[in-house]
Amino acid sequence: MEPAEPPVPPSALPKPAPKPPAPKAEAKAPPAPPGPPDQAPPDDLARPDYLAPLEQACPGGVSQVSYWVGDWTLIVPRDRLVEVATWLRDTPESRFDFCSDLTAVDWPPRAERFDLVYCLYSVPHRRRVRLKVRLKDGEAAPSVTGIWPAANWFEREVFDMFGIRFDGHPDLRRILMPDDWQGHPQRKDYPLEGPGELLLEDPLEWLKLRNAAREAEFE
Amino acid sequence: MIETLVVPLVKIAVLLVGILTAVAYLVLLERKVQAWVQVRLGPMRVGPHGLLQPVADVIKLIIKEDITPARADRWVYTLAPIIVLVPALVVFAVIPFGPETNVFGIRMPLHVADINVGLLYIVSIASLGIYGTILGGWASNSKYPLLASLRASAQLVSYEVAVTMTLVSMILMAGSLSMVEIVESQQARGLWFVFAQPLAFFIYFVGGLAETNRAPFDLPEAEQELTGGFHTEYSGIRFALFFLAEYANMIVIAAVATTLFFGGWLRPFPSVAALGLLDIVPGWIWFLLKTFVLLYVFLWVRATLPRYRYDQLMRLGWKVLIPLAIANVIVTAIAVVVL
Amino acid sequence: MTDPHPVTATRTPVQFDTDELVINMGPQHPSTHGVLRLILRLDGERVVDADVVIGYLHRGIEKLSESRDWTQIVLLTDRMDYVAAATNNLGYCETVEKLMGLEVPRRAQYIRTVLAELQRLASHLVWLGTHAMDIGAVTVFLYCLRERELVLDLFEEYCGARLTYNSMRVGGLPADLPVGWDRKVREFCDIVDQKIVDYEQLLTQNRIWLERTRDIGVISGADAIAMGFCGPPLRASGVMRDVRKDEPYAAYEEFAFDIPVGAAGDTYDRYLVRLEEFKQSTRIIRQALDGMPEGPVMGKVPRLIKPPAGETYHAIESPKGEIGFFIASDGKSLSPYRFRVRPPSFCNLQVLPKLVRGHLVADVVALIGTIDIVLGEVDR
Repeated sequence: MEPAEPPVPPSALPKPAPKPPAPKAEAKAPPAPPGPPDQAPPDDLARPDYLAPLEQACPGGVSQVSYWVGDWTLIVPRDRLVEVATWLRDTPESRFDFCSDLTAVDWPPRAERFDLVYCLYSVPHRRRVRLKVRLKDGEAAPSVTGIWPAANWFEREVFDMFGIRFDGHPDLRRILMPDDWQGHPQRKDYPLEGPGELLLEDPLEWLKLRNAAREAEFE
Repeated sequence: MIETLVVPLVKIAVLLVGILTAVAYLVLLERKVQAWVQVRLGPMRVGPHGLLQPVADVIKLIIKEDITPARADRWVYTLAPIIVLVPALVVFAVIPFGPETNVFGIRMPLHVADINVGLLYIVSIASLGIYGTILGGWASNSKYPLLASLRASAQLVSYEVAVTMTLVSMILMAGSLSMVEIVESQQARGLWFVFAQPLAFFIYFVGGLAETNRAPFDLPEAEQELTGGFHTEYSGIRFALFFLAEYANMIVIAAVATTLFFGGWLRPFPSVAALGLLDIVPGWIWFLLKTFVLLYVFLWVRATLPRYRYDQLMRLGWKVLIPLAIANVIVTAIAVVVL
Repeated sequence: MTDPHPVTATRTPVQFDTDELVINMGPQHPSTHGVLRLILRLDGERVVDADVVIGYLHRGIEKLSESRDWTQIVLLTDRMDYVAAATNNLGYCETVEKLMGLEVPRRAQYIRTVLAELQRLASHLVWLGTHAMDIGAVTVFLYCLRERELVLDLFEEYCGARLTYNSMRVGGLPADLPVGWDRKVREFCDIVDQKIVDYEQLLTQNRIWLERTRDIGVISGADAIAMGFCGPPLRASGVMRDVRKDEPYAAYEEFAFDIPVGAAGDTYDRYLVRLEEFKQSTRIIRQALDGMPEGPVMGKVPRLIKPPAGETYHAIESPKGEIGFFIASDGKSLSPYRFRVRPPSFCNLQVLPKLVRGHLVADVVALIGTIDIVLGEVDR
């Protein structure tokens, strides 16, 4: 009978290299688009009736008007946001008193990568409008919690997910992620699998690496 | 010698065994009644239709690990459940289960003792149980059971006043504190006192629900609130004793109500001679039947009504029930003198 | 680690030493309806302040959607408000249809309406059961779940699942109704109409119920709109706002139904509004079944769903309130560029600290129940 080979200790086994995140999606995915289309409204379509008074009351407050599948969007510069929002809420012709949604979209190749989107609704007039503010990375937006208190948690979520700070928010801290989380998950450069997780072929290998890390911590 | 020593001892033994079994099966009955109201079946596995469930529960609680919270006062921690249970059991000594009957050739009344201040004995001994509640919460060395036990004891004390007032009206009607004489006075008048004093019965019943921490007054032990009540930290035998004490108190309240309001061991319509054939049924069976019906109403109420908030509970006790009870006493007193 | 919660960090200066107790109604609690954490600051029994901590059920649905097909996302939307999954499906499908300009056949619209109203019934049954159970009437919970079983059976017959339905597709429905399904739905509506009378008898005039729910958590209409309340709580504060009437979708324009509106804005009114919605839902379902047109259930949808570049926001009325979908498409990839859900429970929950202030601890549980939250939706 042949002598059995001495068993190879697990540490001598070649560790499989950590696989990069699945390349499949990246190969098929088109390059990141340069920004939202912000289609101009067709010429024969009547503008909403509050638009002209708004442009009179806040000249330069609306830098672009867009219309797509029935929704009107107003692009507002960052420093005019509070003024325009207050006007829209208080003026009887518009009366946008309900803040339906406040969210952000990340368009990374653009210099002003974030699009803050405010979806507003008018309860008396039963119509909607969207406001969009373009922000650079690191730029803070003015908070609208003074105008619509409903925006409180929305802004916290935008801060949590995108890292956009809001000046004047009463209580800006993370809401969905744990309080000590690093990074902002909804940004396009944040991996779907989360930070620092190695994608290993064999779950047991992951387990060994984790135990080794724990022992190192123990010492 | 047999009459003075053996018979009472045998009576005590029978009573204790009977009460403890009744308490254990009351727990099962509650689970079953609640289940049937809620369109489900309740315990079905242990024994036919779950009839051996109390046996399983008792065995489980006895063999559980004996945990005492850290820094809890060991003696008081063990003593508290005992203080709650013993008065509940001792009170049964004066409750008359039946008239003088022939038991194995010996003529004896079906109660352990007939004290001529029986009702006073019941009220005072039963109130000792409150000490156990407070001590149980305090001895657990945890703020939530302490708060809950203080709440429970405050609730108990408040409703005790209203209940005692109604008992005063019953004493006025019967003219005696002795339980046996109260039943006999109902027999003499040929009328169950509940028909003469419906308000007193209502106040007594509501007060009884509150004293035993039953729904709708079970906030101190509601699971939906922050704490599990004053017995949060208890497990095993000690918890079993608390549990038994609660149900034993329920049976006490029902038994006392039967004696005072429903004629004890009298048959329905005791003065109507035409229903004399109902006399075939012995008195103690009538007693047990009436107690059972009252207990069923306790369980029924728990399955049906939502829960009072604590301040509403206290307001009900002090601002509604006590004035009504006092008014009832005054009216009864006037009626007894005039009629 | 310092506790970042402002409720514990800031203490109002007091003249004499009345200790304020900070209590944690932790993520594990019998009546927080999911993993919700409340940090309450109490003065005796009164709540001085409350901090709501969420995120325990955050699964990253929005981020996940950015790497899923437009059709696969229907599965993800099921898992948000899992008590009324078909409503989420409906909202998502309608938003994508709006982006693409697709027309959904009339029969599909009717069936979608029936499914959405059945979900309203199911969700309100769960709400009624848990709300009553929290206040102490345990039996109502069992009765409501018994009725909800019937809804689950109906859905199981239609799409094979009891909780997460995946019951709609962009452009219509995956399958037509099974034979005899509408008869069963009609029977179910009859049963619900009877049972609602029972529940009303048990609770509506019950003295204890009135004391526990009257004047608890009062919020005025203007405050409610400003703070983002939506759905039945908003209507109970006197504001007539319902997406089904204001911005009709599916086949709601063709049906006659009323929107119950309350007056006082307290817990009792919220209860009455939802109870009335039961009756209106059965009314809508009957009208839809009576007038169900024949035809296909799936519209003309391209094989690969790729909406042109653009973004839109579309809202529908879920049982909890206005659920809105903000979807941005870049026109080229097979996944949305941004998928955002505006959950009604999230917006309603942020009003909770304001409602709870000044009430007793026992009312906190009633208020969580009256807002009707589902943590799957709050956290996504």
